Amino acid sequence: MQHFYFDHNATTPVAPEVLRDLAATLVEVSGNASSIHHFGQAAKQRLESARREVAARIGCDAREIVFTSGGTESDNLAIFGIARRAIAGSAGRVRKHVITSAIEHPAVLNACAQLEREGAEVTYLPVGPDGIVLLGALKRALRPATVLITIMHANNETGALQPVREIAAMARASGAVFHSDGVQVAGRIPVNVRELGVDLYSLSGHKFGAPKGIGALYVRKGIPLEPISFGGHHERDRRAGTENVPGASALGRAAGLAADWTGTGVLRDRLERGILDRVAGTSVNGSVRNRLPNTTNIRFDGIEGEAIVIALDLRGYAVSSGSACSSGAVEPSHVLLAMGLEPEEARSSVRFSLGPENTESEVDGLIEAVEASVAHLRHISPALRHA
Amino acid sequence: MPDRSGARASALPPDVRPAQMPDTADLIAVAMSGGVDSSTVAAMLKRDGHNVAGLTMQLWNQRRLPEIATEAATGRCCSLDDVYDARRVAEHVGMPYYVVNLERQFEKNVVEPFVEEYLAGRTPVPCTLCNTFIKFDRFLELADSVGARSIATGHYARITRHPETGRYEMRTAVDASKDQTYFLWGLTQEQLARTMFPLGEMTKPEVRSLAAEFNLPVAKKHESYEICFVPNGDYAAFMDAYLRDKGIEPAATAGAIVDAGGRELGRHAGAHRYTVGQRKGLGIAAKEPLYVIATDSRAQTVTVGSNDDLLRSGLIARDIRWLSLPGFGGQELSVPARLRVRIRNRHIPAWATIYPLTETRVEARFDEPQRAVTPGQAAVFYSGDLVVAGGWIE
Repeated sequence: MQHFYFDHNATTPVAPEVLRDLAATLVEVSGNASSIHHFGQAAKQRLESARREVAARIGCDAREIVFTSGGTESDNLAIFGIARRAIAGSAGRVRKHVITSAIEHPAVLNACAQLEREGAEVTYLPVGPDGIVLLGALKRALRPATVLITIMHANNETGALQPVREIAAMARASGAVFHSDGVQVAGRIPVNVRELGVDLYSLSGHKFGAPKGIGALYVRKGIPLEPISFGGHHERDRRAGTENVPGASALGRAAGLAADWTGTGVLRDRLERGILDRVAGTSVNGSVRNRLPNTTNIRFDGIEGEAIVIALDLRGYAVSSGSACSSGAVEPSHVLLAMGLEPEEARSSVRFSLGPENTESEVDGLIEAVEASVAHLRHISPALRHA
Repeated sequence: MPDRSGARASALPPDVRPAQMPDTADLIAVAMSGGVDSSTVAAMLKRDGHNVAGLTMQLWNQRRLPEIATEAATGRCCSLDDVYDARRVAEHVGMPYYVVNLERQFEKNVVEPFVEEYLAGRTPVPCTLCNTFIKFDRFLELADSVGARSIATGHYARITRHPETGRYEMRTAVDASKDQTYFLWGLTQEQLARTMFPLGEMTKPEVRSLAAEFNLPVAKKHESYEICFVPNGDYAAFMDAYLRDKGIEPAATAGAIVDAGGRELGRHAGAHRYTVGQRKGLGIAAKEPLYVIATDSRAQTVTVGSNDDLLRSGLIARDIRWLSLPGFGGQELSVPARLRVRIRNRHIPAWATIYPLTETRVEARFDEPQRAVTPGQAAVFYSGDLVVAGGWIE
């Protein structure tokens, strides 16, 4: 059976050009980028060239890019790298305050939960039914003790784009540092961190054609970031550990490809329209105006999303519902719950996320598979009716 | 063993035949626990040319109650290690594999009734509830959802069909030491029609050697006999932790340990901590060994007595489910009936005369008095290897 991939917000296949670059770097560049000799210099050159490519892709200076192991580390470095020093410096008088949103990725939510254990106070901003953070709530939450705001650029489950420019302006006005998790955006659609006005911005390689295990954090010049792991003087003392030169090189190559996913919007709309037209009891979760072009999150009344995911997988189509816990079982999405969906509505939802390699005929095949799977699942009702 | 699956599947009456997905019409869903039994089932079916998919039901989060969570959670139901093992087996066998979250359904249909029964002074059998409401009900729905006509599990029991009536019958496993029919009597005809127990004809050593032949990564895995959500079989600790999680302070359940005459012999920290027949942990010095005869959570008393006080000449069972026979009155079951009755899992079924009280309630009078007849446990009725019926001891 042939398998088709519609789960690009989870991860993407490595692009052929990136794979060639990765293999070449592994073979040709064997040195440690910190070494003085020829081998070290070659590695350093490759690393810095990659840094320039990544910086160019998001409109910043190469010195503002810190290579990390991926999105989770970038988020952790940004959050702890800013907030911990502030907490330590507060000497118990005023509790330092951090603002995030209820729809963040666990890499941000659980880092914030850890900050709470370390003595910070955290506000989790609500979102509207469109899945977009309420700016009024942010305005009310801001206070002099607010040291950090961390709000994602686009949500991984709904694709909803957050008002990052407005948040950046509010952060600047109040003196708080602003971090945005741009993992679902960077490398896919044009991003300029200067125009956005963010202080820190997370990227993940495997979301746009680079391998897993490489990512980056943009740190605006002048932002005092403390390290969170300790070792050698790599990455300007901001991230210790021998540099992953092949990974960084691949990330730079992927960034340099300048792939534009804007075109996935046409296929996404075709898919969404096809499902809404042909399958009764369906609706789109979240904003249909302000969202990533490749993502749609669709609710199928009365059916477990998990059952649809399995049925579609057995027909050769990879999609997702909720997020898998450590065992692989699926939990209802905290993002959809935060948007006001009932738990059973959240459990009835499926995320489709396209990539540049998807074709029109794949989309048409997926629409048919969805129609047949849902018809089957509704036919065997009360199967999987909510307990 | 003979392969009965093909013949059975095609013999399905139309009313129990599920809707089929065209491309997976012959699919068999295997309930995978990560243990050697279900893994061997998957490998056997695959070897015999069946189209199989593995499904693991995530029923209970072992870290749900942190105060009793143990590091040594390996080999426990739904542990990450078991899912890891099941996934490895699926890869080895070459079949798709999915983990499905049924934690809500499990808590509602198994854990909550278990706790309620326990608090009411009965000793429930969560495995029977689980088999009835989760393992078969829900699993068949899952099978439907992936388009699988049949399901297969690693249970030790056999399913046959009456040659004339076509009724499905459950029979004890060939390996009597592994027989699990005590926990399976709740299955309906519709469920039996779609279920395969490929291990029912095999002994455990045969299963192990077959697993080794298949080179399964779990061939030598140790097996657990505990109730999956109760660490180390410590019911009391589980109950306390669960009640505290629900905001109920268990200390409020303390009361008196009394003799048959109502005389107080000592104190206890909750009647739910005791089960009928229990000897240890009473904390009372007496000339002859004392056993728990009864518990009463409403009055908060635990009644103790001698071993002889534990003997009962009969029992009444309610919610009788006629499994392999249509009930009393036919040619197959005279009134009263002579059957053997099993009152707990490892109990050797005892001969008894069975009197119908109502359609779903019977009285059993044992030929020899039986020890520790425990309210809340199941009574399962056998005629030879045929599992005739089951019900709950009042």
